[in-house]
Amino acid sequence: MKARVSVTLKTGLLDSQGKTTQQALESLGFKGITQVRVGKYIELELNGATAATAKREVERMCQKLLANPVIETYRIEVK
Amino acid sequence: MKFGVVVFPGSNCDEDCVHVLRDVLQQEVVTLWHQQTSLKGCDCVVLPGGFSYGDYLRTGAIARFSPIMRAVGAFANDGGFVVGICNGFQILLESGLLPGAMLRNTSLRFICRAVTLRVERTDSPFTNRCHVGQVLRMPIAHNEGRYTAEPKTLEQLAARRQVLLRYCDNDGQVTAAANPNGSAEAIAGLCNEAGNVMGLMPHPERAAEPELGSMDGRQIFESLVHAMMLVSG
Repeated sequence: MKARVSVTLKTGLLDSQGKTTQQALESLGFKGITQVRVGKYIELELNGATAATAKREVERMCQKLLANPVIETYRIEVK
Repeated sequence: MKFGVVVFPGSNCDEDCVHVLRDVLQQEVVTLWHQQTSLKGCDCVVLPGGFSYGDYLRTGAIARFSPIMRAVGAFANDGGFVVGICNGFQILLESGLLPGAMLRNTSLRFICRAVTLRVERTDSPFTNRCHVGQVLRMPIAHNEGRYTAEPKTLEQLAARRQVLLRYCDNDGQVTAAANPNGSAEAIAGLCNEAGNVMGLMPHPERAAEPELGSMDGRQIFESLVHAMMLVSG
């Protein structure tokens, strides 16, 4: 079972990496970008799990370690 | 009175802390390797600066689960004195022993220079040798020093007087220009509600001897020694 987690800063927090990336894209000539947020992508491979148990486990991993709930939110995708 | 300086893999300011406590302040100091589960009877625990676990995932995110941190947590909950410097502060935030979190500096730069700090409160184990409004000069060296907390938490910090140090200019004025990293409310150092755990981003151990340009950091350690003597006395 493979789990894909993306962790991003909560909206409302200044994402200076995102802002800088946006500026860099704009200086390369890309137009029409209203926002860029830069986050983290984590891939996990789990054996012996069903999609449901994997999702639950990874959820707990996010709450405990992979994301800081004060400043980050996360999305989990399991296949 | 005994100080314990915790050493995580990647800590690099532990020896400076040991030096200031042992050689400058003539205190008994031991180092506590992160795998140990006992604080060896220390009266004060120091979490030093550095790059524990390479800052992987988030600064302090993995170190907070080191075996020693269980004992540090219990010690803190019992009223023991704990001070986290820079990465140590980040570890205390990740462990929940202090409220809030650290973000990347607004400038995205690693900032390594002297800053001036205003002492906000002196009825504390960490600043009792200072006076309110005193300007302390000591260096910062960090990439993730932008303190943040939810508005509700910031209100609580203010109401409960938990902010101990704020970034200020040479005259003690808290201005945006004097804030090196974008920290909320210019917070450079704060304590928990009970007042026995402190975290600060600047390095007092690098400002405790005349050769390093400032002795102001020494007052943080002297305050601790004084507080520890009151407790044991």
